[in-house]
Amino acid sequence: MSAATPSRDGSSLGAAVGALLKSREVAVAVVLVLLIAATTLKSDAFLFSSTGWRDLLLTPSMLVLLAVGQTAVIITRNVDLSVGSTLGLTAYLTGRLFIDTSLPIILVVLAAVLMGAVLGLVNGVLVAWGRVPALVITLGTMYIYRGAFLTWAGSDRINAGDMPRAFRDLGTDSILGIPVLTIVAVVVLAAVGYYLHTARGGREFYAIGSDPDAAHLYGLRISRRIMAAFVLSGALAGLAGAVSAARFGTVSSSVGTGIEFEAVGAAVIGGVAIFGGSGTVWGAALGAFLLVTINRSLPVLGISDFWQQAVVGALIVGAITLDRVLVRRQEKKLVAARDDAGSSHAGPPTREPVVATTAPGSPGASAPGDTSSPTDPQEGTR
Amino acid sequence: MSTVSPEATPGSPETPSVERTYAAYSRPFWQRVVLSREFAVIALLVAAIVFSRSQVEYFDGPQTMYYLFRDSASVLLLALPMTAIIITGEIDLSVASIVGLTSVSFGMLHDDVGLSATIAALLAIGVGVVCGAFNGFLIAYVGLPSIAVTIGTLALFRGIGAGLLGTESRTDFPEGWTDWAKDRIVEGQPYPMVLIPFVVLAIAFALLIHFSSFGRGIFEIGQNDEAAHFTGVDVARTKAILFVLSGAVAGFVGIYLTLVSGVARAENATGLELSVIAAVLLGGVSIFGGRGALHGVLAGVLLIGVIQRAMLLNGQTINVINIVIGVLLVLSVMSTSLLAASRRVLAASRGARSSGGPSRSAGKRLLS
Repeated sequence: MSAATPSRDGSSLGAAVGALLKSREVAVAVVLVLLIAATTLKSDAFLFSSTGWRDLLLTPSMLVLLAVGQTAVIITRNVDLSVGSTLGLTAYLTGRLFIDTSLPIILVVLAAVLMGAVLGLVNGVLVAWGRVPALVITLGTMYIYRGAFLTWAGSDRINAGDMPRAFRDLGTDSILGIPVLTIVAVVVLAAVGYYLHTARGGREFYAIGSDPDAAHLYGLRISRRIMAAFVLSGALAGLAGAVSAARFGTVSSSVGTGIEFEAVGAAVIGGVAIFGGSGTVWGAALGAFLLVTINRSLPVLGISDFWQQAVVGALIVGAITLDRVLVRRQEKKLVAARDDAGSSHAGPPTREPVVATTAPGSPGASAPGDTSSPTDPQEGTR
Repeated sequence: MSTVSPEATPGSPETPSVERTYAAYSRPFWQRVVLSREFAVIALLVAAIVFSRSQVEYFDGPQTMYYLFRDSASVLLLALPMTAIIITGEIDLSVASIVGLTSVSFGMLHDDVGLSATIAALLAIGVGVVCGAFNGFLIAYVGLPSIAVTIGTLALFRGIGAGLLGTESRTDFPEGWTDWAKDRIVEGQPYPMVLIPFVVLAIAFALLIHFSSFGRGIFEIGQNDEAAHFTGVDVARTKAILFVLSGAVAGFVGIYLTLVSGVARAENATGLELSVIAAVLLGGVSIFGGRGALHGVLAGVLLIGVIQRAMLLNGQTINVINIVIGVLLVLSVMSTSLLAASRRVLAASRGARSSGGPSRSAGKRLLS
């Protein structure tokens, strides 16, 4: 793409923008930076006050964890709608363990992660071995986990006083100006991102999502990988539950309600294809960051915060529409390239003048990918 | 057995009507009716009613069925277009948000703008139609995946409602209208008035889905939309129409819910989309598309309603009920594959192993 830029006259700017938009991570990051800049211009405190800076980094950490897990699942062409309920259940478990036992904090967090992983495993087993689409299974387990949480909790709620001071401090403490919970989220993000990008298991996620039949014929262990994705998603939802308990200091019955759609939305905004096989956790994390930051900056920008959800929805719809437009343009480009290459092989004499001017005018790599119509180079040489 | 000799069939292409050498159906009529998913749901519904009437106190009381119908009415109505949409292999997660938005529109048009209730109601249904058309356009003509689009519009439509009304609500509706929503068709009978429009719509949708060429197109798209395209089904138009219908019905439900509760709020019907989808899937519609029937779906909705009501009367909380519904949903979709698995085991023990089976099912189960 970028190699073709010099051969186009006057459209190099457009091409550069196109290349930028094509990297969804960059596009989302740019939007995020613009949003933060605009909000900061309106009110310095949004970025430069100590709480503003902290909240900016801290608030998205929960959704980033969920979005990372959700991305792993979506890449395998599945979806996990039960993360919100898992989050609620594990957040309550965290509080309950502090009340009923005197386990150290680290063990409590591990218990929350483990609980989440087990709930994810249930999803994974049902999806992988039950041969039922994930949408249905996780819709069912979403009801079940939420019901279990509310039955267990009853009318209880975990209050700040129930949890040890050190644990709640985790929700507000910073190291070198970066909140602890954000560091946790970034570490998880980096680990999962690295795994998906380089490890064999991670690449198999993409292979399964791209074409399940081909992956099966290739001998990949689909069931095992899908279960792994769901366990990961559940474990991260469990971690997010502990994070939410630490961050808010309380666990109410509504915690995590509806957050599953936000997690899916963050992944979609971040460029993760809903039918699997493409996308990165970096994009999803940026998408989560963007969603949460929009929620926080709208009131500052003078838009009633009741409109937040509408903006989020418009963003999701806009993101997938943009994806579609870009894919379609890419397809056209490839078809044109194929036709160009085909015709120049088939009949060089008839198109001699055009081919002759094209070949020297453009660098070798771009010749097959060049979409400019045959007349363009001629105009350029005249 | 065969009445036509084997040589005659290929040798005579000019005889258009060659008598079939095989049965029109693999099983007799009663088996096709009784041994179906839909019938299983209906049987379960009857069993649940019989059990509840005998075991649950007050279930046979005069109010129970009335509230059962009144509370299930919105899910019953929304399930009609949702069935058709899921049969085409798409999904609409935004219905409850459209309900919320039309509820807000109805309330604001009537209370703030000062329109008469009739015009406000018509305009609110119009809002629902526009929402549905927006979904339909993006899904059918732009070609975006419905799950992603409707997750987006789930937030968008609900957000517009919340943006317009905030946390306020509108409660000033004409007496006659709110009474109508709560009235019974015949005094003393447990049938609320809303069943009349429901029955009309149910018959219309049954005709549309099961007894029209448009409906055959719906099933064909669900089986294979490319094949449907090549047999002359306008795939995009069919899908768009279904989403518009879904928006229109959601608009009607928005008005109904507003009148029954007497409040127009943005949060009306939050989370209802999941109940609708759960009921439709419980009723035997395949999430892969191409399979399902309306009577099963309606039985599924009523089954959930009966279980809810019986458990409420028994003193269970809504949380336990949600667990039961979740388990029921998972079991009902698992039952298909469990049956298939047992059939495979049976077939394997007979030595008849199909070669293409595993890879096909591997591909299918991953489609979410």
